[in-house]
Amino acid sequence: MNKEPSADTQAAVRTLDIVKSGLNRRYRAERRFRFYGLSAIVLSILFLALLFASIVGKGYSAFWQTEIKLDVFFDPAVLQKEALINADYPALIKAAVQNLFPEVDGRQDRRLLNALISTGAGYQLRGMVLKDPGIVGRTVSVWVAADDEVDMTLKGHFRRDVPEAERRMSDKQLAWLDRLTAEGRVERNLNTTFLSGGDSREPELAGIWGAVVGSAFTLVITLALSFPIGVAAAVYLEEFAGKNRWTDLIEVNINNLAAVPSIVFGLLGLAVFLNFFGLPRSAPLVGGLVLTLMTLPTIIIASRSALQAVPPSIREAALGVGASRMQMVVHHVLPLALPGMLTGTIIGMARALGESAPLLMIGMVAFIADIPHGVTDPATVLPVQIYLWADSPERAFVEKTSAAIMVLLTFLVVMNAGAIVLRKRFERRW
Amino acid sequence: MAPVSLLVVLLLMSTAAYYFGRRKAFALSGRAEGAVKLHSRPVYHGALTALWCAIPALLIFGFWLLCETQVITQLVLKDLPESIRSLPPDRLNLVVNDIRNLESGNFVSQTIDPAMQAAAGHYRMLRSISHNALAVITVALMAAAAVFVRSRIAVGLRARNQVEAIFTVILIACSTIAIFTTIGIILSVLYEAIRFFKVIPVTDFLFGLSWSPQMAIRADQVGSSGAFGAVPVFLGTALISAIAMVVAVPVGLMSAIYLSEYADKRFRAVAKPLIEVLAGIPTVVYGFFAALTVAPFIRDAGSMLGMNVASESALAAGLVMGIMIIPFVSSLSDDFINAVPQSLRDGAYSLGATKSETIRQVIVPAAIPGIIGGVLLAVSRAIGETMIVVMAAGLSANLTVNPLQAVTTVTVQIVTLLVGDQEFDSPKTLAAFALGLILFVVTLCLNVIALYVVRKYREQYE
Repeated sequence: MNKEPSADTQAAVRTLDIVKSGLNRRYRAERRFRFYGLSAIVLSILFLALLFASIVGKGYSAFWQTEIKLDVFFDPAVLQKEALINADYPALIKAAVQNLFPEVDGRQDRRLLNALISTGAGYQLRGMVLKDPGIVGRTVSVWVAADDEVDMTLKGHFRRDVPEAERRMSDKQLAWLDRLTAEGRVERNLNTTFLSGGDSREPELAGIWGAVVGSAFTLVITLALSFPIGVAAAVYLEEFAGKNRWTDLIEVNINNLAAVPSIVFGLLGLAVFLNFFGLPRSAPLVGGLVLTLMTLPTIIIASRSALQAVPPSIREAALGVGASRMQMVVHHVLPLALPGMLTGTIIGMARALGESAPLLMIGMVAFIADIPHGVTDPATVLPVQIYLWADSPERAFVEKTSAAIMVLLTFLVVMNAGAIVLRKRFERRW
Repeated sequence: MAPVSLLVVLLLMSTAAYYFGRRKAFALSGRAEGAVKLHSRPVYHGALTALWCAIPALLIFGFWLLCETQVITQLVLKDLPESIRSLPPDRLNLVVNDIRNLESGNFVSQTIDPAMQAAAGHYRMLRSISHNALAVITVALMAAAAVFVRSRIAVGLRARNQVEAIFTVILIACSTIAIFTTIGIILSVLYEAIRFFKVIPVTDFLFGLSWSPQMAIRADQVGSSGAFGAVPVFLGTALISAIAMVVAVPVGLMSAIYLSEYADKRFRAVAKPLIEVLAGIPTVVYGFFAALTVAPFIRDAGSMLGMNVASESALAAGLVMGIMIIPFVSSLSDDFINAVPQSLRDGAYSLGATKSETIRQVIVPAAIPGIIGGVLLAVSRAIGETMIVVMAAGLSANLTVNPLQAVTTVTVQIVTLLVGDQEFDSPKTLAAFALGLILFVVTLCLNVIALYVVRKYREQYE
């Protein structure tokens, strides 16, 4: 009698076959899935790299500025002693340029020629004269900033081989420029104006220092208000408040505010701080108030988790030796939670530094050429300055915008690195 | 005395009050033969003196400065000639502005007449009187408070309890700021929105198909009829947010899965912070990137393929917004995937499932409520995102779902309507607040739902 395989084993064999036959397909699916995951990460990092490359690639050249050497005769006829501040300095520049190209004649050509030099060159001469009035009557070689179109052409952002009508600079101007270059009168130097000047309509005169100072004032206000208030709120909610409907309401509010679009805070600032309380427009004071309201939820949430991380035994020990609740918090819990709170605060400040939408609402988007001197002076901040420059039509502002972004990102990197160091240094495992 | 220097004086006086009170306490404790036992340590007596010194004075200081401008303006207006006082309110506002500018030495918009000059002088005088009065009142109050509290300091004074009670009140006040912020947002947005809806009916706003927010200055001018139908704006917002989610959800979710299930520790330690850097980049930078790099690229690619792509296409803005949201989705999903208990994984492996099968059929379904909550939060963020769309999306409200065309969004409209000079009685300006109200309500709903889902999910595995 032939021994037939029992039904059971038959089924088992069949299952095994099914599993085996599908195995390759399943392994392929596994590899595919894994590949999708990896490529998602690679894609994100690639975006990041592309972003940085495009910003740095566009912006690094803004830290250099083309300058042209002129032999300026500080003409005593122009520089009257009693009116040195209001003297006609551009005339000195024009005379110096004319000296270099005596053959250029006619109004139009002369205007083209003068257009090679920045309109701000006169201010540079004025600064020299006011600093040392003895210079009047002498001839001095001065490096003055070239116009932004010269700058762009020499940096290769404008093509020279297209027909004249499509170019920003005429053939004549290019010829003059080439002659200046051949004479060694054109040089690219470190752009100090960019780092030390205020905003300007002329790209070669525009600087970010005004925006940096505005950002600093705004952040100081934000920090001075949001850190104490945020810590106080977190301490109350974690250490004192009972669990009741009131604290529930506060919690829900905080969590919601953390997710409210930032522009809504701008609307609040516009309606309440500007229209109701009549605070000045464009002032870092109001910007700081709005950003305080915006960053408070972040700081409260971070501070609360820092407080939660302090073990209950510390509290019990303090209460056990007779400390009051307030003494327990101030003397024992707070010092232990402080590094965590500071980390959260720095991250909140970094977000506030990069925030621009609510500040547009309260008028910090105005064109402001002066460096602000106080929290009620009109000012702008770095991200808004970036937005303003990105909107400007001149080609040279593309480079300035990218450079301003590099400065902003540098600040952010420093702040976040500070937060990481703080966390690494003071992190405690209980 | 300028308010800032007065503030410094107030702080200095409070510090002095602290030492003043503390010395009294020390003197008390050492007075009798052998030290007397005080109820509280001298520090608390000092703190109590300082607090009673500072708090009332600071309250008066703040309140005074808040009201000062209003009161002075009213007083100055009362003394203006009748011809100016009878001007309509908006003209009167201009006059007031001119007086203020004249007073602070700025440029003014019209020729200076003697009446204005006198008013400015009056204004300046009133303000200096007000500042001096404030200084006298606060300093006197502080001195009185310090002396009074000091006179109360006694051996049995429960200074610590009182100081702690004051501090508790301060803590409670700080924690309620969140509630007041929410109330402030609702009231300020609602108030202006209601004024808007008095001019434009709600139904026209919510269901109208044409958006061109302008009001005629003259009745016969070109384009005098404004249209406030917000559907194209909502649709544009939805379109850009949808594109962003199409980018962010798969990429974010897959990277979270890879990081938490496949990657080894070293890879994770490098890749996770790198992805999170994307979240720390300011949105204005993304906007610049979208407008100057991505949008031209898409336009050129489109024209090579023979498609007509607007230079401010929804695709560019949506794509870059998606990149921005990737880390948001990925870190939230990462949390939720990690919260799935190991026993579920082990169970699936023991049945012979491969890793990807476990993830797809066990882990993701188990984590799905949390992931949905995270995605909802991401949607709310995409809807409220401003700078990217302001810089990279268009202004014209096209009623289209074609991602290659330019659309506008709620936030873009708010910014364009409110940046620059505004009159607060024109529907054009008020429309921004109506849009803000919609934005706030929609994101609020999304957040509430998302936070509720996430909390429920967290509790499930705790």
